[in-house]
Amino acid sequence: MSDVSDLKVVGHSVDKLDAIALATGGEKFTADEIPPRTLYARILTSPWAHARIRKIDTTAAMKIKGVRSIITWQDVPRVAHTTAGQGFPEPSPYDSFTLDDKVRYVGDRVAAVAADTPEIARAAAEAIEVEYEQLPPIFDPRDSMKEGAPVIHDEPEARMIIPVPYDKSRNLAAQVTANVGDIEQGLAQADVVVEREFEVHQAQHCPMEPHVALAYVDGRGRLVIRTSTQVPYHVRRIVAERLQWPIGKVRVIKPRIGGGFGSKQEVLLEDIPAVLAIRTGRPVLLEYTRGEEFASSRTRHPQIIKIRAGARKDGTLTGYDLDILMNTGAYGSHALTVVCNSGSKTLPLYRWQNIRFRGTSVYTNLPVGGAYRGYGATQAYFPLEVVLDELAEKIGMDAIELRQRNHIRSGEGSPIFQALGEGTEGVAQTIGSCGLAECIEIGAREIGWKEKRGKAALQTGPIRRGVGMCCLMQGSSIPHVDLGAAYLKMNEDGSFNLLVGATDLGTGSDTVLAQVAAEVLGVPASMMTVYSSDTDLTPFDVGAYASSTTYLSGEAVAKAAREARAMIIEVASEILGCPVEDIELVNAYALARNGNKVQFSEIGRHSLYVKNQRQIQGAASHVTRKSPPPFSAQFAEVEVDTETGQVRVLKYVAAVDCGTAINPKLAEGQIQGAVLNGISYALTEEFVFDPRGRLLNNDLNYYKIFTAADLPDIRAILVPTWEPSGPFGAKSVSEIGINGPLPAISNAIYDAVGVRITRAPFTAERVLRALGRL
Amino acid sequence: MPNITLTVNGEKMTCTVAPDEKLLDTLRRLGRTDVKKGCGEGTCGSCSVLIDGRLMTSCIVFSARVDGAEIMTAAGLGTANAPHPIQTSFVKAGAVQCGFCTPGMVLATKALLDAVPKPDVSQIKMALDGNMCRCTGYVKIIEAVQDSARVLAGENEVPHE
Repeated sequence: MSDVSDLKVVGHSVDKLDAIALATGGEKFTADEIPPRTLYARILTSPWAHARIRKIDTTAAMKIKGVRSIITWQDVPRVAHTTAGQGFPEPSPYDSFTLDDKVRYVGDRVAAVAADTPEIARAAAEAIEVEYEQLPPIFDPRDSMKEGAPVIHDEPEARMIIPVPYDKSRNLAAQVTANVGDIEQGLAQADVVVEREFEVHQAQHCPMEPHVALAYVDGRGRLVIRTSTQVPYHVRRIVAERLQWPIGKVRVIKPRIGGGFGSKQEVLLEDIPAVLAIRTGRPVLLEYTRGEEFASSRTRHPQIIKIRAGARKDGTLTGYDLDILMNTGAYGSHALTVVCNSGSKTLPLYRWQNIRFRGTSVYTNLPVGGAYRGYGATQAYFPLEVVLDELAEKIGMDAIELRQRNHIRSGEGSPIFQALGEGTEGVAQTIGSCGLAECIEIGAREIGWKEKRGKAALQTGPIRRGVGMCCLMQGSSIPHVDLGAAYLKMNEDGSFNLLVGATDLGTGSDTVLAQVAAEVLGVPASMMTVYSSDTDLTPFDVGAYASSTTYLSGEAVAKAAREARAMIIEVASEILGCPVEDIELVNAYALARNGNKVQFSEIGRHSLYVKNQRQIQGAASHVTRKSPPPFSAQFAEVEVDTETGQVRVLKYVAAVDCGTAINPKLAEGQIQGAVLNGISYALTEEFVFDPRGRLLNNDLNYYKIFTAADLPDIRAILVPTWEPSGPFGAKSVSEIGINGPLPAISNAIYDAVGVRITRAPFTAERVLRALGRL
Repeated sequence: MPNITLTVNGEKMTCTVAPDEKLLDTLRRLGRTDVKKGCGEGTCGSCSVLIDGRLMTSCIVFSARVDGAEIMTAAGLGTANAPHPIQTSFVKAGAVQCGFCTPGMVLATKALLDAVPKPDVSQIKMALDGNMCRCTGYVKIIEAVQDSARVLAGENEVPHE
């Protein structure tokens, strides 16, 4: 099978299974079910960017009525770990502690309180007396590795547990290099060379539901954690490790999640309510405020990126030198893998003859980086796609043509796939499906490229229009690392329960996985009841990250469904008295070649009650062997006010090849949401710090994310291909969309007003400065 | 501590509230967890409710100030087995992703359509300006509002997919 035309459920926009319950408010999020006697936790955070805690006195705070427990670094096991919710062994440094006697950024943990009400907890946190010895902070990543710089992680325990460069004495959190050919030779052979420095900024995910976790010890003495997470199994493992509890005595439940975008691929707060619940014997809820979500959660890692790139006049790309200095903040969460992905997700897209890549992650005393949709690719596509435009201009070639001549195609590989993995070596792969050529063509037509590109000279007045574009790829799962598993059983009415470890954080993956199972079984998706992400009840899955769920967990579901399908056919053959080869499953019936048929409800009843009784079921797991990239071409049309510097996006086209879109409407929603987040990031979202490293705009009033009123005309266009290694031809779709707005808008600004904006976000001030008017 | 009476989704209830207690906290305490807390500062709109028919962010409304008021939450608009056409339109349009903003979003839609039964796109965008969504990019939410306007006006539903 290689197209969707025969498919009954996959490729159709069935209603998201939980949508009506969400729209009527009936679904439960973590904080929506509070057990009786629940205490409320609050974390006291550091007012200083870098300091040692000399003395901490909780006497006054403990005297406040209603305070039940206060913990400081003296009360918890000192276990070095990473908060990055990654598989074991995590490729992030073990440089974090539940509580420590040192603070490393404004917003870092100092102590935690459990009290009868949130108000009392807050008052008690403020009543804790702390004596700090201030240490010199580092705010500029360019200073981190200078001789004599303060050492942010001077504790003996901090270490990397996999063999990769890590040198805490120089604030080096991670480093990666990769070379193809000889870059100097490549640049020497070029007719034109571009050298530029770019800055990509820090940002916050802003899920509408801030981080929240509830912990309690159940009647059997087991620790139960209900938490807003993308990685329930990693939460179980990492919290057990931090608390030094057996993993089997911890249960993690993921209810509905109010968005994550990577911020909840972090074991960020679960250990605090867990410790407090164990100490008090009562349930404890810890909810981040919006302010804490900004200052004490995770962020997109900012990068300073130096590029040298060369091309010959015929469009041959002779060399690309990518040198990234990444600021991981006070802790090294995802410090290695994000910068790896800045290379591995961007460098294979074009046939560079020579490549040099160096990524360096350093500690500073600023809020911590982490996973954020796009995961390093967002940062590195900005320079790549701007520089390609510049090379095209210098050799007198249309920007699209240069890309068309050089982009990777199906059947081709890239030395980068093998050279760069997630902290370790990668996996060689050839591209199975690539619809990029079609994406470019369709997108160019939709934006009106030929009519609009390069027409600024014909415009008059202060407001100028321009168009820009970019090409993108991402991946689908981490090959040979990510594991997903599924269990499926049939009920006596012919309905099914599908249990998956995969984590729906609002993306609709429960629905997508139900569609995959339903397609295999020959039933409508409405006959599937999905329960996901409960470490006691559902099988293992690494969780929702690395664009893996549809491709990885989808294949696990397909395998489990095929097992159940074989059992259904067996039972049907007993009932119908015909050989199994003669039976097919269509619309909840088993049809025999002789025209006889039996309904699934009868098969279910027969299997459980009538004869040769057994549970019709399937269980399977899947590990991926490759990470097929989705592709995208994106186009922006902008208006630049040359008097105010204001940039407005008028129209944005994102043509995306995600293989088969299992649910086209949900896939479009992923693209539209990612693109608007990217536009908002490119134009307005920015952290503003005071000179002491304190975040000044830690709320949604002064950290501006786009609302409906700001929405440009966004067109998401699905360009179907068939990925041979994916479930029903599917690849990933969730991350790729966010990578386009930075370069596409920057290129469009250049087309409109002739200046290259290389530092994001593209605020009015930066544009005016570039125009020489400020 | 003041005693107040609220009619929430048609159900009359009396409760004692602290003088500085916010309506959001009161409602959630009373089990109305379909009202969500996204910021507590009146910015994100997740806690939107209708107070005597007016759209308000309940996280910055003092409970004591709305003594006697009629409150409508998303669950009062419709339920899973008997949804309001606005809620159905949100489902059909694919306008629900994580769904944390959706209860507020459907109430903002209700307030808009009560006042302007056939809004144009820019009226929809302005009406939803106080309700943030980070998942959808608003495109399908706007389609859902247009769709519900058509359904409520008795026009034929545009067939989906």
